[in-house]
Amino acid sequence: MSPSSESVRSVPTGPARRGPTGIEPARITAGQPGLEKGPVTRDGVTARIDARGIYYKTLNEQIREQVAAGVSTVVLDNVNGQRYIGAGISADHLTIMVNGVPGNDLAAFMDGPTVVVDENAQDGIANTMNRGLVVVRGDAGDVVGYGMRGGRVYVRGDVGYRVGIHMKAFGQQHPVVVIGGRARDFFGEYMAGGEMILLGLGDSSEPLVGSYVGTGMHGGVIYVRGAVEGHQLGKEVSVVEPSPEDMARIEELVTDFCRAHAFAAAEVLARPFGKIAPFTHRPYGKLYAY
Amino acid sequence: MNARGLNRFGEADRRSAVRPYRGLPAPGSRSSDLVPRPAYTAEAEERIAGGCGLMGVCDESGGRMSGELALRSMSSMHDRGNGLGGGFAGYGIYPDFPYAFCFHMLFNDDVSKDDTEYYLARHFVILHHEPIPSKSVRGIEDEPILWRYFLEISDQRLAETQLSAEDYVVHSVMDINNHIKGAFVASSGRNMGAFKGVGFPEEIGEFYRLDEYRGWTWTGHGRFPTNTPGWWGGAHPFCLLDFSIVHNGEISSYGINQRYLEMFGYKCSMRTDTEVVTYLFDLLLRRHGLSVEIACKALASPFWKDIDLMEEDDRQLYTALRTVYGPALLNGPFAVVLGMGEGMVALSDRIKLRPLAAARKGTTVYVASEESAIREICPKPDRTWMPRAGEPVIARLAEGVSPATSSTYDAVA
Amino acid sequence: MAEMTFVRPEFRVRIDREACIKCGRCVHQCGWDVYHLDADDRPMPDHSRCAACHRCVTFCPADAITIEKNPLAYKESDSMSSAMRKAVWRQAETGGVLLTGMGTDKPYLRIFDHLLLDACQVTNPSIDPLREPMELRTFLGRKPDSIEVERGNGDGRSPKLLTELDPQLMLETPIVFGGMSFGSVSLNVHRALAMAAKESGTFMNTGEGGLHADLEPYQDHIIVQCASGRFGVHADYLQAGAAVEIKIGQGAKPGIGGHLPGEKIDEQVSTTRMIPQGTDALSPAPHHDIYSIEDLRQLIYAIKEATGYKPVSVKIACVHNVAAIASGVVRAGADIVYLDGFKGGTGAAPTIIRDHVGIPIEIAIAVVDQRLRDEGIRNRASIVAAGGIRSSADIVKAIALGADACGVGTALLVAMGCHVCQKCHTGCCSWGITTQRPELTRRLDPEWGAERVSNLIRAWSHEIAEVLGAVGVNAIESLRGSRERLRALGLDQTTMDIIGVKPAGVGH
Repeated sequence: MSPSSESVRSVPTGPARRGPTGIEPARITAGQPGLEKGPVTRDGVTARIDARGIYYKTLNEQIREQVAAGVSTVVLDNVNGQRYIGAGISADHLTIMVNGVPGNDLAAFMDGPTVVVDENAQDGIANTMNRGLVVVRGDAGDVVGYGMRGGRVYVRGDVGYRVGIHMKAFGQQHPVVVIGGRARDFFGEYMAGGEMILLGLGDSSEPLVGSYVGTGMHGGVIYVRGAVEGHQLGKEVSVVEPSPEDMARIEELVTDFCRAHAFAAAEVLARPFGKIAPFTHRPYGKLYAY
Repeated sequence: MNARGLNRFGEADRRSAVRPYRGLPAPGSRSSDLVPRPAYTAEAEERIAGGCGLMGVCDESGGRMSGELALRSMSSMHDRGNGLGGGFAGYGIYPDFPYAFCFHMLFNDDVSKDDTEYYLARHFVILHHEPIPSKSVRGIEDEPILWRYFLEISDQRLAETQLSAEDYVVHSVMDINNHIKGAFVASSGRNMGAFKGVGFPEEIGEFYRLDEYRGWTWTGHGRFPTNTPGWWGGAHPFCLLDFSIVHNGEISSYGINQRYLEMFGYKCSMRTDTEVVTYLFDLLLRRHGLSVEIACKALASPFWKDIDLMEEDDRQLYTALRTVYGPALLNGPFAVVLGMGEGMVALSDRIKLRPLAAARKGTTVYVASEESAIREICPKPDRTWMPRAGEPVIARLAEGVSPATSSTYDAVA
Repeated sequence: MAEMTFVRPEFRVRIDREACIKCGRCVHQCGWDVYHLDADDRPMPDHSRCAACHRCVTFCPADAITIEKNPLAYKESDSMSSAMRKAVWRQAETGGVLLTGMGTDKPYLRIFDHLLLDACQVTNPSIDPLREPMELRTFLGRKPDSIEVERGNGDGRSPKLLTELDPQLMLETPIVFGGMSFGSVSLNVHRALAMAAKESGTFMNTGEGGLHADLEPYQDHIIVQCASGRFGVHADYLQAGAAVEIKIGQGAKPGIGGHLPGEKIDEQVSTTRMIPQGTDALSPAPHHDIYSIEDLRQLIYAIKEATGYKPVSVKIACVHNVAAIASGVVRAGADIVYLDGFKGGTGAAPTIIRDHVGIPIEIAIAVVDQRLRDEGIRNRASIVAAGGIRSSADIVKAIALGADACGVGTALLVAMGCHVCQKCHTGCCSWGITTQRPELTRRLDPEWGAERVSNLIRAWSHEIAEVLGAVGVNAIESLRGSRERLRALGLDQTTMDIIGVKPAGVGH
């Protein structure tokens, strides 16, 4: 039953009253800005942080503190929605284990570490990532690997819209995204470099991929395990049969992906692959009048 | 004329459809004698756009959940808002007055309250009225006078005005919002209410003591308005009758959506693009009698490319839908959650420019801008999924749960 | 030697004698007989005949010809300008009505040029029109206010449409071709337009001169016109097109009929118009079966009966009372109202009418759209705006003001070579467009013309998509009537109120 009028203060008609009461402590979540740190347990080079209810800024500070203290593995328990985990961290031998659903922009600008998420990940993971590895055991949301320049992303499940958008290769940098499940529209939009593999594993009535695959794609390559129809493609790309070199590369990457997610690589590789790549580097050459 | 107000040519009856919702005639008279007064716009001279976070939860079996769920879920998305607006809608919260139209009112001052009460007393039977309970919360200040009215319409008034009860209420809401200075109807549905204001959503929820209500559907919203200071009426949800909308994004097609709605008598007075979403759902669902699925396909239609690939029957349907409802197409980035008597609907734009996550556990359906906001209140759902662009997530209350799902309504305790 | 005249030539033809190779091509190319060869085979121009159509300039292999404005000075007077004086002299000499072609050349306020479009920044994203879906498909025709869909019974069947829609014209881009009759333009122009309409996924309009048999393969992309002269109008003709247009009036000459001189009525025109060769083809000012609105309804339904209820468009000139007239036209049963603004083109019109009668299309769109909305009948008909549409920018602005699509005529002819010399009425068009002289008409290769028109429509469609992307919508219907996305720069308050557009600087 709703609170009755008897228990209620009178209607405010005078100046606004400033009350002392904030939000009840029970209702404080990780979304609430706060300086309270999560409890840490340290075991050799492994640190464990209980992230329950800890604000992202504080949590990420704690992670950086542990890294500075020489820890090589940081395990985050009870993560829920904390943004920017692993973001901007530059380290070569660091693993961050995320237990829970991390917030947006996981591993953004990351340079080197490995991040393993045991649940679903939200939007914008590996945004402009430079180096490192992101392994997601569940699904990942929209815009995976936006502008990603290097490193690898291995998502076991499905991904959302605009995955691999504007991925690019540069010098020795060569980004790789492997998706175990299915992807939605605009897969590989504006893709300029690097490789993506879409496997479509598991039983599902969902299509392997949505529409506008590789729209605006002008570099790099997408390998798909299964059929993609012409009407699903952007107008700059076509599907061709992979060459033996392509197949060797697919085998190499899929094997690595399967190791990370405990799939049987041989079974995954048993089905035919298609290769999606731009057929011109200047699809709009005839669009403009001078 | 059939029940839906369509004549035998399939055209809506002009007499009812075109008549603007400009107000109710005085009792006993046959036409409106209301003199327009300055509109309630002092707080928002410009249309407000902005980013946001939103959530919704609905137990299809009619089990009633504490409003604390919505509050906690929104609390976890604190950083999606900027403290200039938060709000919630709860359904099934007034089991003592399940059939009464409950007006949640915001008043600037006693004068606007007196004027409104004079108006309500003239046009309605006031079953009960009381302040909307609240408590002091740090950060919430300058609140308007908050009052709620449980209203019935006499049969005589309905006969006099030749209006349905719903249209009668719509006219009166437009009256109050447009003609009574300093008064604003936050919600006007049955067995539901909107709780909104300026502040972070968790503060607003605390302020309204949301944890003390129990409802079968809750929606929540945190605002990030970009160009005007928030005002209490401008917070989400935007409500009309049983419909409430929380919205993230901007409706780039606002201009034509608004002009389209004006053709059907709606007056967009609140200067926010979200308002048109509420009215469009009212138009398509209540007045045009479309199903939720079809209405969503009008508002976030499939692309022609995909329509061209459909089987003949579907192609005809979707071609007709786009041809007829083109001006209703919501274009631009959006995710919305619609609360309604029958349940809850979540919908994103057709190229998925705003985020939306969904989950189910048992009979309860959850949606939110971020999956973590769902996990906050349902750590282990049976299933989580990413709703497709333009594909509605629908939670339907079981038969008999609400007035809208049954003729012999019996609230589940 | 012609009689003495005060009207000095408007242009001067300059021939670079050093460069001239005396090939005689200019003599051959000029439809106005400007040139004759002198004893040394040098081309000698008669300046007074030059229309500045640039045919000779374009085809001179030596690039030896330029056309200049006659620098002859007149004592300045803003009021009694030299053009005014020339008009008086011409009429004093002949006692005739001044005749002209194309749209008005007077410097009236161009409202389109005072409207600016919106774009997205931050709060909503702009959309990349090249890589993301961008939909210009437009349906013209009568639409119900709502549709009825069979409710599923929970058996998993997909829902079924119960409302039967009136037939619609489907355009892949919101552009149709304006009516230009065979007779006023050549058959090759008609052929080119028909091919281009098919290629562009839109419709050409026969104008009032009937449909030549050669165009039958394109009939799914043709709107046949029925005007007061009823030239070539018979049951098969009405059936032949995808829709029928009743032309009440034309923006360039509201309230005025047409007059195709007998010289232009050759065998082909005669067969197509079903009138004897060499006779004048007179279009009466009104339809003599339409003296009032209820008569229009009678004609609309006569055509619907005769065609199995194809969409009927009614073309009206934009005059002062256009909103009320359009409302009446819609209520009379028209599926499309074709509004022709006063800057629209014509094959021939009295100058006084062309330059002084009617109202601009921008205002007409705005008041008609608003009137139909106020009356709750906006769905019942589509609005096609024409008469002064010069560019894709005009189209976008017209649509934002409330038009469903735009009709384009002059720009299509320009694409095919027209240089807007405004002498269509003479039948001497050197570009082979507004003439029936076989030696001139064969200059226009229909396939070449079709390709140029298709290119133009494709380019404009891309540009429209660019604008949609910038304003953050991916379907044309989300811009249609969305005056909120327009701002006015340098318009007076009254005009802004009438067209429902706020001044630049005012936010949402």
